[in-house]
Amino acid sequence: MNAPGRHTVPWRYIVPVLYIAFLLLPLYWLLNTSFKTNQEILSSFTLWPADFTLDNYRHILTDPSWYSGYINSTLYVVMNTAIALAVALPAAYAFSRYRFLGDKHLFFWLLSNRMAPPAVFVLPFFQLYSAFGLIDTHIAVALAHCLFNVPLAVWILEGFMSGIPREIDETAYIDGYSFGRFFALIFMPLIRSGIGIAAFFCFMFSWVELLIARTLTVTEAKPIAAIMTRTVSASGLDWGVLTAAGVLTIIPGALVIYFVRHHIARGFALGRV
Amino acid sequence: MKSWNNRAWLLVLPVLVLVAFSAVIPLMTVVNYSVQDSFGNNEFFWVGTEWFQEVLASERFHNALLRNLLFSGIVLAIEIPLGIAIALCMPTRGIGVSFCLVLMALPLLIPWNVVGTIWQIFGRVDIGLLGHWLNAAGVEFNYTSDVTDAWITIVLMDVWHWTSLVVLLCYSALVAIPEAYYQAARIDGAGRWSIFRAIQLPRMKRVLIIAVLLRFMDSFMIYTEPFVLTGGGPGNATTFLSIDLVQMAVGQFDIGPAAAMSLIYFLIILALSWVFYTVMTRDDEQAQEGQR
Amino acid sequence: MDNIAHRYTQDGAHALQPMTMEWRDGGAYALLGPSGCGKTTLLNIISGLVAPSDGRVVFDGRDVTHLPPQERNIAQVFQFPVVYDSMTVAENLEFPLRNQGLDTAQRRRRVAEVLELLELTHAARHKARNLGADSKQKISLGRGLVRTGANAILLDEPLTVIDPALKWELRAQLKKVHQQIGHTMIYVTHDQTEALTVADQVVVMLEGRVLQVGTPQELFDRPAHTFVGTFIGSPGMNLLPCTVGGSTARVEDTPVPLGADYGSPPGALELGIRPEHIRLAAGAAGGLPVTVRKVDDLGREQIVHARLGSRDLAIILREGEAVPDNPVALFDTDYLHLYADGVRVPRPGAEGTP
Repeated sequence: MNAPGRHTVPWRYIVPVLYIAFLLLPLYWLLNTSFKTNQEILSSFTLWPADFTLDNYRHILTDPSWYSGYINSTLYVVMNTAIALAVALPAAYAFSRYRFLGDKHLFFWLLSNRMAPPAVFVLPFFQLYSAFGLIDTHIAVALAHCLFNVPLAVWILEGFMSGIPREIDETAYIDGYSFGRFFALIFMPLIRSGIGIAAFFCFMFSWVELLIARTLTVTEAKPIAAIMTRTVSASGLDWGVLTAAGVLTIIPGALVIYFVRHHIARGFALGRV
Repeated sequence: MKSWNNRAWLLVLPVLVLVAFSAVIPLMTVVNYSVQDSFGNNEFFWVGTEWFQEVLASERFHNALLRNLLFSGIVLAIEIPLGIAIALCMPTRGIGVSFCLVLMALPLLIPWNVVGTIWQIFGRVDIGLLGHWLNAAGVEFNYTSDVTDAWITIVLMDVWHWTSLVVLLCYSALVAIPEAYYQAARIDGAGRWSIFRAIQLPRMKRVLIIAVLLRFMDSFMIYTEPFVLTGGGPGNATTFLSIDLVQMAVGQFDIGPAAAMSLIYFLIILALSWVFYTVMTRDDEQAQEGQR
Repeated sequence: MDNIAHRYTQDGAHALQPMTMEWRDGGAYALLGPSGCGKTTLLNIISGLVAPSDGRVVFDGRDVTHLPPQERNIAQVFQFPVVYDSMTVAENLEFPLRNQGLDTAQRRRRVAEVLELLELTHAARHKARNLGADSKQKISLGRGLVRTGANAILLDEPLTVIDPALKWELRAQLKKVHQQIGHTMIYVTHDQTEALTVADQVVVMLEGRVLQVGTPQELFDRPAHTFVGTFIGSPGMNLLPCTVGGSTARVEDTPVPLGADYGSPPGALELGIRPEHIRLAAGAAGGLPVTVRKVDDLGREQIVHARLGSRDLAIILREGEAVPDNPVALFDTDYLHLYADGVRVPRPGAEGTP
């Protein structure tokens, strides 16, 4: 590591470089295709668009049935993240600070929900939310996604909270803080990176999920991902629009990653290093 | 030591209510369906374990289960070692690191059906880069008609999609190792392999458990990506349990068997995850017990 | 092991100024200095973790500058305990031997010897992870000792994370190990008591420079640099800016006899005297009139914080002494030193170069 020749780039860096190239190649192809006309996509094989066009994007951004999908997705993802964090924070605090009747079993039971295949829940979810008249609302999808996001959020937050010394709580109580004020003013700022990471994961899993989101929505709250699958069959494989829509679904994720880029390495250690 | 306080239940209550609503009630519905039959008109009658026997005996279920096990096995065997290798080769500091991590995390935040779409247009023979190149190079490749090609494409897609998760988990554990460990290892004359066995692997153990569990669960539940990419075909070659289940429940509306299959499916995942977890943490518990 | 000469340059800025040092085989040395003064860098150059940009490292006349650490046969203990978590204590100690390719019987024998030496035999089969910080430090030490013919023991602030109660015990054990192994020990610390108790030669460093090498007594009686004077001792040496003409210095117009004729040395001059070498007397002639501001009673001694003109002066009174009325300070001229630009001016006639 401190060998005399350290200014030369080690050969082993070729591995991540190759891997990233492997990751980017399909993405490039998606981007490339989205700038082509359907005619060019189907008739000729070109490594970059010969007839560069933004029509596919224009189509999506001007047609409400397309762009409302983005709004719907964003809405339920944000709602889900907010709900998941709101209920997970006190629960994670309880798990990290107290022993109580059945705590271990409860924790494992919560985590076991993360292992439930979404396919299992498709039908009962549909019936349950129908019974409450919640089908085709954003809140329905947000609540359904809590199935796997709440256990995950509790788990991540519990890890971060356990890293905060208990003495801090005790000092605050001695200084006369009520539980609520202590939690909001002292504790939350201490674990804010943990909250950020939990929010990141909630966003991620809610944003990428299709099966449940598609089942619980008809038109009003339909996520962009579901609109894409519908269009594939309806419009006779409009590849240009499909790929453009795909590119647009990647952008929010890319933005979120960009904002947390400095915390990625630490965040994936899930607090317990 | 943690203090004993049953009022902590109050803090857990919101989670319980929410999970009860989104997990327990639906699960009860499934259990309910799994033991009844219906001829429409909301008339149900008790059939006991009939559906379970039917599902467990069916060829269709066995095949889908075998496909799932094979798929999870292949995917774990590729992604875990590959992820570790890439994480080990990553630079630990420098301006490029954040950039590399962002690029690597990118596939994780792409909606799963878009992942399917990306590989669809990448792999197709007529419009895809991969399919086109392979055929141009003289390799007979068509994932929509050839079973092996379909599997290769799906495995490749999953490796593309999820290896980054393993990389990021391992990398975060690796950068947390203090420099002094490596210095001590150099003084002890440890080689590359010894450093890996004695320092890096033990330090990565916890995140590797997480990685194996997450990758096993998610690969075992895989639905959207193969559904978009191959639709379960050619034939039934890539019809995994999830795809089969949704087909049965929503497509054919065979609610009873679908419910029974759901429960069996869920139990298999729970059981296998538990086995993984126990096997991987056995050493720790022994060490802790030795301590007491 | 003798004669190490090295320079270390990193992108123009010297982390370690060019220096030549000699370590006597069997000596116990301490590298003392504040954080970031280059002591760890110097240590790592000796162990081979860092390659010096200039100069050579020589062990027993053999140039080892470009030898990797494992071929230098060195034991190094770091600030934070480094043990291989997944292994037992015995396996930890065996690790370097395995890397050397020794056979099982030899490995067993060496490990048993070192376990005995470090009093860890009872814990041999325990997982190293579950031990306390002090035992972990012993294991890191043991991994270096286990190889036959260890050249030197290098310790980089090994007691930082140890409980105060265990510090004494571990320090005593270190000295014992050093005596039994009989090789050079170099101990890095920023704690003066630690340095003075462990080592028989202390190397004081500041900003990549070695200021003084000497026994604890030398450092105390004749600090070669104002920094050594103030860093060692509690409270540190008093420093009084002055002008000098012949054998008399003037501190803010008050004449102070120096006890020797210094002539008129160049540079910014300061008088240095330790609080231990000042006495207080009542209005005696030849003393410097001071005003007492505060007295800290530490039980065995009292520290008097006084003012001489506009300068602070610390004075230590021994047990039973009291502050007199109209006190004057009497300096013991044997321990009164003159510094020009921070460096001690040799006392004319009495001694050679320090």
